[in-house]
Amino acid sequence: MSRKVLLIEDEPNITEAIRFLLTREGWHVETHAEGSDAFELIMASRPDLLILDVMLPGKSGMDILRELREQEDTRKLPVLMLTARGQLRDREMAEKAGVSRFMTKPFSNTEVVTAVRDLHAQASKA
Amino acid sequence: MTEKRNPEVEPAVSPPAVFLERHSYRRRRLADAARLLPIIGAGLFAIPLLWPAGPGEAEPVPMSSAIIYIFFWWAALIVASAGFGIAAKRLPPREVNDPESEKWPR
Amino acid sequence: MATLNVLILVCLGYVVLLFGVAFAADRLAATGRSTWLRTPFVYTLSLSIYCTAWTFYGAVGYAARSGLEFVTIYLGPTLIMISWWWGLRKLVRVGRSQRVTSIADLISSRYGKSNILAICVTILAVLGVTPYIALQLQSITLSFSIFAEADPSGIYHEGTSVFWVAAGLAVFAILFGTRNLDANERHHGVVTAIAIEAVVKLIALLAVGIFVVWGIAGGVGPIMERIDASEIGRWNVHRGRWAAITFLSAAAFVCLPRMFQVMVVENDDERHLRTAAWAFPLYLLLMSLFVVPIAVVGLDLMPEGSNPDLFVLTIPLALGNDWLAMLSFIGGFSSATSMVIVAAMALSTMVSNHIVMPIWLSAQGRRASMSGDVRDIVLLSRRISIAVIMALGIVYFRLSGGGAALAAIGLIAFAGIAQILPALVGGLFWRGATRTGALIGLTVGFGLWIYTLLLPGMGGALMPASVLENGPLGLGWLRPQALFGIEGIDPMVHSVMWSLSLNAAAFCIASLVSFPSPLERLQGAQFVNVFDHSAGPRGWTGSVAQSEDLMIMTQRILGAAEAHVFFQAEAERQGGRGYLPEPTPAFLESLERELSGSVGAATAHAMIGQIVGGSSVSVEDLLAVADESAQLLEYSGQLETKSAELARTARKLREANEKLTQISMQKDAFLSQVSHELRTPMTSIRAFSEIMRDTEGLTAQERTRYAAIIHDEALRLTRLLDDLLDLSVLENGQVNLNMGDGNLQDVLDRAVSTAMAGSDRPLRVRRNRASERIPLHTDLDRLGQVFINLIANAQKYCDAPDPVLTISVHDVGGQAVVDFIDNGSGVPPEAQSMVFEKFARVGSDKAGGAGLGLAICREIMQRLNGEVSYLAGQGGGAFRISLPLAYKQAAQ
Repeated sequence: MSRKVLLIEDEPNITEAIRFLLTREGWHVETHAEGSDAFELIMASRPDLLILDVMLPGKSGMDILRELREQEDTRKLPVLMLTARGQLRDREMAEKAGVSRFMTKPFSNTEVVTAVRDLHAQASKA
Repeated sequence: MTEKRNPEVEPAVSPPAVFLERHSYRRRRLADAARLLPIIGAGLFAIPLLWPAGPGEAEPVPMSSAIIYIFFWWAALIVASAGFGIAAKRLPPREVNDPESEKWPR
Repeated sequence: MATLNVLILVCLGYVVLLFGVAFAADRLAATGRSTWLRTPFVYTLSLSIYCTAWTFYGAVGYAARSGLEFVTIYLGPTLIMISWWWGLRKLVRVGRSQRVTSIADLISSRYGKSNILAICVTILAVLGVTPYIALQLQSITLSFSIFAEADPSGIYHEGTSVFWVAAGLAVFAILFGTRNLDANERHHGVVTAIAIEAVVKLIALLAVGIFVVWGIAGGVGPIMERIDASEIGRWNVHRGRWAAITFLSAAAFVCLPRMFQVMVVENDDERHLRTAAWAFPLYLLLMSLFVVPIAVVGLDLMPEGSNPDLFVLTIPLALGNDWLAMLSFIGGFSSATSMVIVAAMALSTMVSNHIVMPIWLSAQGRRASMSGDVRDIVLLSRRISIAVIMALGIVYFRLSGGGAALAAIGLIAFAGIAQILPALVGGLFWRGATRTGALIGLTVGFGLWIYTLLLPGMGGALMPASVLENGPLGLGWLRPQALFGIEGIDPMVHSVMWSLSLNAAAFCIASLVSFPSPLERLQGAQFVNVFDHSAGPRGWTGSVAQSEDLMIMTQRILGAAEAHVFFQAEAERQGGRGYLPEPTPAFLESLERELSGSVGAATAHAMIGQIVGGSSVSVEDLLAVADESAQLLEYSGQLETKSAELARTARKLREANEKLTQISMQKDAFLSQVSHELRTPMTSIRAFSEIMRDTEGLTAQERTRYAAIIHDEALRLTRLLDDLLDLSVLENGQVNLNMGDGNLQDVLDRAVSTAMAGSDRPLRVRRNRASERIPLHTDLDRLGQVFINLIANAQKYCDAPDPVLTISVHDVGGQAVVDFIDNGSGVPPEAQSMVFEKFARVGSDKAGGAGLGLAICREIMQRLNGEVSYLAGQGGGAFRISLPLAYKQAAQ
């Protein structure tokens, strides 16, 4: 059974880097660059883990997260959030919205990989 | 009065100052006379009060004499006043007490 | 026989002539070519309004009744004039330096600007002068009636003629006396007209005199014999009356409102007094010279019982010398009209300044000082005052029945007006004189005058004979004509003696007992020592003056439009660029003159002084402001202005604060944006460089690709930093424009080729090269940068399958307009207002830019005096550049 991660990020180069890293970790990586229809896609694709950018065209990652947490079946979905706006306020908002892990760009690759591993392990245990 | 104090006398006085002094002196005497004029006039016009007028008094003065008296002195006062005015205009306006000196300060 | 109609025609013609003269003189004065109007002789002739119809007709009647006593009326003023050095010079200097508008103004100003005192003097003046005006009206109608009797065909009605004469005089006084408000600006028209009338009446009286002496009597010798032989042929003058009336006429000469008007208010130059000192007595002498001969000849020739007051007219008529009669009539008419006009003017100034305006101001309350035009109200009140004074004259004329001997009314009026003398002389020469003293003295004198002279003189209607006989309530020592039991004095002398001596005594005692206010003491010092204080006209030092405050104040007094015109004219005269003139001393003085007509001279001076400050403004000026109630109104108005100003300032501060907060928020947002824009490429760079470092077994292909990504993102970072720097320089205005001349076509050519180079996206550019030949004077590189940005924008965001960019150029309203329109879907309406904001990006396409391009375009165009805007509704993305044409630039 392959593990599926959904990456929602509008910067193609960043998407490519993360895809490269996680594929090597054994993940099946699906990508998407739009915020507006991201929620539907998540519901349809049912990933094991979600990587979400905050600033997305159409709809903010923060809003998508809030919607996910309102749904019964995605309440527990591990969400790793990435943002280029390194403000404390954003982190607080994300934690309030129920983020699993919040990371500021630029990140180190090991950081991302470790975070993904941790989150998946926690989710599996539960 | 301040006749003794002459504002024109200064350490470095040149000869013309003598004439100025004389002008100044004349001018002051002229102003004195002009100031006396109304008093003289009032006295002259008061003299008819001494003329006999009542029924029990001496023979009254004829009207023609009265007219001549009053109009003569009236005219004399006018001539004197005009004379002072013209004389004051001719003399250079130099004196401190003079009204003109306020307009043309030294 | 001259018919009444001819007479009326001559009269009207004469009046038209006077109108013409007055009008021309006003015009001359307005154009500044009025120097000949200001000669000492015009001044002297204007003083001749002292000689009214009472002189012209009445003197002869007086002489026929009482011999030479009439001459006292002219000896008094003669003595005053030749003693000008003692008194008149000071009066004129005080009047001019204090910018006094009337005798009431002078008295009130001397005694601490007391309005009660001003009202008292005004009432006294109105009471004293109204009979006098009635007297003039009577003399005109009497002289008319003489001609009417001689002309059987004429239909003459006394009542209507009085009305028309009064109405005509009122119109004249209103037209030339209240044309302009400023009482300090002299009424050249009126003064010139009365100077001409002075000449006319002198010539007329001399002509009648010469006719009588040489035409009838046959020379000087015969007339003297005839005089001695007549019933007044012996010196029979009442001694008390001789002295009392000489004194009274001297006093009245100074105190009469009309005399004050011509002598002090209309005085152009103090030095004129020196000429008038001999010329006016000469005038009086000439006027009196033939009085006795005319009286004697009249008594001889005219039938028993004919009115001696009209001998001047009836002798020529009786002897058939119609033209002389006509001249004589015109002379009498002149005497009456000039007096009435000036008296009405002087009285109306007093009534409006001291009675009507204070009442109006207090009725208006706060609004008066806030709302504009006090001026119209003042003018209107003066005009109405003139009309009312004339009406009072008519009423008095009707009541008195017009029968009493002319001279009697004149003397009664003199005695009333003379009550001002103690307060006036005391005010000028005694620093200890106080307001209380002046008030009590005036009241005592005024009351005694009414009780002992006015009421008994009016006959039984107002004072019963029993009171006259036995005193009020039988108290014998209070008999009006024998106060304190002293009997046997001539009623006139009795009244003058008691009223003036008790007036003066009360004035002195009350002054000694009472204590003056600080303002009174300061004003007193200024009046008494006027020659020390007023070396010349008082100057303003305007160094600390606030033009704006002056403007606010002037607006309130003159009205907004007038004030603007006045200030603008002054600013232009000074050659300044601004709207407000510099407060130079000359400007302040002219402003004060302008204001003084509206609010009174002393008030205007104080108001300017309050604002200007400076050494020339004395303490009393400031005290004046605090003392007068009208000034308090002004004061509260200013406070209100101040508090409004405070509110405005607070609002501005709040706005500034909001703006600062907004700017701070914008700055935070901007920094956060910059952070985001920097971190994004750095994320890719870091991720791929770590991949390349840490991952073993990357294919060469992968390695190249990732290096290329790193390279691209590094370039993107550089571009972003460049843009940020560019924008910051542009926004701070530090950019140096490299202005040059060029052609729009060349700039577009370069921009298109630069933008298209190295782009893999297909974009067709459609241009109309013929229309692009427009010369430009601008920074060509910067303009090119804008064009490149717009073309690149179309490259990036035009979403049509076959993207086409149309660049069209037109000349709109003197501006070159360049439109960039593509065939894509354009910017959605909700985002259109945002496109020029920093980091504003539409859609998800991140191709290259950092979202600063259009913001930079906007900044550049602003520097180039042009504009860039988004054109909505063009069916695609559409931007418009407009910039000034070369020739327009050159013209600047």
